[in-house]
Amino acid sequence: MTEGNVGGNRRAEIPLSGRAWKIPRPRDGRRPRRYPPRVRPAVPLQLEVAAARGVAALSRLVGAGGGTTVPGKLLSRLDPGAIDRLAARLPAGAATISATNGKTTTAAMAAEILRPRFRLAHNAAGANLVSGVASTLLAAGDAELGLLEVDEGALPEVLRRVLPRTVLLGNLFRDQLDRYGELELVAGRWRDAVAGLAAGTALVVNGDDPQLAAVAEGRAGATAYGLDDPGVARPALQHAADSKYCVRCGTPYDYAAAYVGHLGDYRCPSCGHARPPLDVVAREIELHGLERSLFELVTPEGTRRVELALPGLYNVYNAVGAAALTRTLGSSPEEIVDGLARFSAAFGRFERIPVGDRSLLLLLIKNPAGANEAVRTLVDGGPPRLAVVALNDAIADGRDVSWIWDVDFEPLLVGLDRLVATGERAAELALRFRYGGMDADAIELEPSLERALDRGLELAGPGGELVVLPTYTAMLALQRLVADRGLARPYWERGR
Amino acid sequence: MTTIRVGHLYPDYLNIYADRGNIAVLARRAAWRGHDLEVVPLGLADAIVPGAHDLLYVGGGQDREQLLVAENLAAKADGLREAVDGGTAVLAVCGGYQLLGRGYRGLQGEDMPGVGLLPLETVAGERRMIGDVLLECRLEPGLRRTLAGFENHAGRTRLDAGAEPLGRVLAGFGNDGESGFEGCRAGRVIGTYLHGPLLPRNPWLADWLLAQALAHRTGGDPPALAPLPDELEARAHDVSAARARSRGGR
Repeated sequence: MTEGNVGGNRRAEIPLSGRAWKIPRPRDGRRPRRYPPRVRPAVPLQLEVAAARGVAALSRLVGAGGGTTVPGKLLSRLDPGAIDRLAARLPAGAATISATNGKTTTAAMAAEILRPRFRLAHNAAGANLVSGVASTLLAAGDAELGLLEVDEGALPEVLRRVLPRTVLLGNLFRDQLDRYGELELVAGRWRDAVAGLAAGTALVVNGDDPQLAAVAEGRAGATAYGLDDPGVARPALQHAADSKYCVRCGTPYDYAAAYVGHLGDYRCPSCGHARPPLDVVAREIELHGLERSLFELVTPEGTRRVELALPGLYNVYNAVGAAALTRTLGSSPEEIVDGLARFSAAFGRFERIPVGDRSLLLLLIKNPAGANEAVRTLVDGGPPRLAVVALNDAIADGRDVSWIWDVDFEPLLVGLDRLVATGERAAELALRFRYGGMDADAIELEPSLERALDRGLELAGPGGELVVLPTYTAMLALQRLVADRGLARPYWERGR
Repeated sequence: MTTIRVGHLYPDYLNIYADRGNIAVLARRAAWRGHDLEVVPLGLADAIVPGAHDLLYVGGGQDREQLLVAENLAAKADGLREAVDGGTAVLAVCGGYQLLGRGYRGLQGEDMPGVGLLPLETVAGERRMIGDVLLECRLEPGLRRTLAGFENHAGRTRLDAGAEPLGRVLAGFGNDGESGFEGCRAGRVIGTYLHGPLLPRNPWLADWLLAQALAHRTGGDPPALAPLPDELEARAHDVSAARARSRGGR
């Protein structure tokens, strides 16, 4: 897998405007575009749209991925103001979804809920930088509502230009510090962006995240959602917990319940800053291994039982977020419950792929909080004896691989007889497990993803299931491998 | 068997770049040589008691967390200096490295005090220096080794004249992106911007620190530790070094 092989890869796009970004200029010399541009070409929007769509088809033709970002890049180059006008054409407006973890899944759940009522322009393949949003709007055709997953760093610019009617902020975890910078910086940019929203824009935040609750403070009509079931809480904050200190005074929060990372029911013992009252809540949560989750969804419109064909507490967060979001767009409790029940899984986040007489179970890992939840989900479902873990270090994965040491992999090690470490930084990964206490003989080092996949399937044996935990570009490469072998549809053909 | 006593300063605040990876490497490599590593967290309310620790570890944190501990640590400067004078070894990474100097000057006057243990000071820069790094170090006569890691810092650290850097930058930014040097070393005290974490892919430095800590514990010279296979470590180092050469800073 090389950095060039990134069609649809939301992380490898080069930002189109230097404004919202503080990252250094890429070393290949491409300079972020000036915004606003000095010269606006006198080409009608329709012509630009046609040209850019042609490029998408060409991109797929030459096998450069799904062509999910290329047309948007071209359009933005032709006319950086086009995205504003494309968004303004959507009759029902647009909603944005941003979070460190779960934004693709939350958006996909919201799409399932909204589909009976709206024709959607939805970046389902996860192209979530400004160029990806532009590509989605380009391909929108007669769509009525924009449903846009937006990268954390790109959010301020997208909000300024798309002017959405609803903005969902899901969570902020430490993620790719080499690219996003520290959590506080992202939170600060979000605060500024929210302050600039029109008064009529509906703000939906995860109230269990202290940083995001603080963003919504003082904003009339904001919706807070979260979890309320101490029975499924963690006994203690995880090692990688981020926003442990009061956003107002710096004192460590007391947690009545910590659910995922620092998300939970918090209160500052010093100044009293606490979780806000929740408007949309999940209660009575039941997690059934790797198969499904059940919970009670409490909204001002009433209480409904939700059945979700997805494992893990983090997916309950995604579902409650999707419910809170679609509620602001007029979805009824019945539509919400039905949509969530229909939902299976977003691309690659949790995916079973049959491969001959065995199967692959893919769980994306990309930062400590997300990987901890993947590990927790696997262990709750009966710890696997065999796993392939894949670590790449392209820009989209994070060039800094230190985060693997902040993941609590240890509960997984207890049941593992064998682990295949793969990807460009396979040796680093192998060290993580070895110094985590795994026997050196139980670890196989195989940097080639293809050979690691084959080795894993061989070890899984007939009828067996192979658990694979890949980082982002490794996941794309593995998807491509199984697609090339005719075992699964390529990602850009799904979710349409 | 000897018990090596490690004091981990502010683990709840300074832990951003996988600092526990460094601790895990020290613990395992000690255990593989038949020694115990006992790690004691030292928080805001804990004093640094000279002689109580053979090795002190200070990690990196976000600006906010670093600010929360800076004054606390500065108030413990005497205990820290006395411990170091008594032969305690220190490894300080990133934010912890900055705190060991005389202080940090922010862009908008958000200054942080330091403990003044290392002869250096740090000034905030406009652009963060982020990327893979490769150093060449000579900690002991004849011990010429490389260190491969990752750096991510806005601070420009300037060493005083005559101060000893940890290493010469082969690829990457280093202390300030200009001097060609990285980190600082004073006796058994090492400060560096390199994380990754630093020790898993640079086991020779882990062993050097363990030997210094053992010397403090036993009151003798740093012992020679039994060699370990370290093949995985060497591969991880080589990949990281190649990254620094192909895409390190500057």
